[in-house]
Amino acid sequence: MHPFLQSLIGGALIGVASAGLLLVNGRIAGISGILGNAATLRPGLWRWAFLAGLIGVGVAAGLLGRTAPQALAEADFRLLAVAGLLVGIGTQIGSGCTSGHGVSGLSNLSLRSLAATATFMAVAAATVFFTHHLARAWEP
Amino acid sequence: MKVATSALFGAIFGIGLLISGMLDPANVLGFLDLAGDWNPQLAFVMGGAIAVALPAFQLARKRQQTLAGEPLQLPRRTGLDGRLIGGAAIFGLGWGLAGLCPGPALVAVGFAGPPAYVFAGAMALGTLIARWALKASAAAKSED
Repeated sequence: MHPFLQSLIGGALIGVASAGLLLVNGRIAGISGILGNAATLRPGLWRWAFLAGLIGVGVAAGLLGRTAPQALAEADFRLLAVAGLLVGIGTQIGSGCTSGHGVSGLSNLSLRSLAATATFMAVAAATVFFTHHLARAWEP
Repeated sequence: MKVATSALFGAIFGIGLLISGMLDPANVLGFLDLAGDWNPQLAFVMGGAIAVALPAFQLARKRQQTLAGEPLQLPRRTGLDGRLIGGAAIFGLGWGLAGLCPGPALVAVGFAGPPAYVFAGAMALGTLIARWALKASAAAKSED
């Protein structure tokens, strides 16, 4: 299957899950928000169930033979730790991530989510420009 | 019931992420690398997701309740502020460094081993630190 078609189907499933959680449970499928509220023990077993479903799919994929993509398997642990910390802090301060702002927020026609999505996309692209182009150009 | 449907939607979300290519940082960084060999794949992920979710959100806003008639829990904040933009910028920096955002990181914990544990562990720590700091700053404000 063409990778673009695969991405479109995968995206549509993400949309189905976001639509379902909204229309059936009345909740926003924002992963960082669900994680943050679960981690601070806010009442609501549904959050743990959602996270279990998400991680459970990863476990099932592993049992079916899926392994880490090369770019992740070869990543520097210090870089992963710093990046993970920034993602955790930034998504809580900014009240959302790619799912909450980028999928649900934009689908809800929220100006806040549009501004947040434009900001994290622009900063991420600028970061990649620095690490992939500028920093490499300086290397001896 | 709510717990069962949440688990189901979490699993569907995870399957979508696995199929979409979002779990491979090379795809994510390729999408963000506008000056390099640009890979538009992730635009299809967001396009596919919004194409399905947008009508659902419009329906929910019109009904102002779930299909079963229960209240919606939608964000109430409106207007832009420094906290929103600053937080999004910090997130963007981390996303651009590793090519992983929260959903894919959690799915990867299930199969990708130590690199995923390091990223997701740091992400959980950052989540707790930020929540604690936000709570402390809200408490300090209410004392003024």
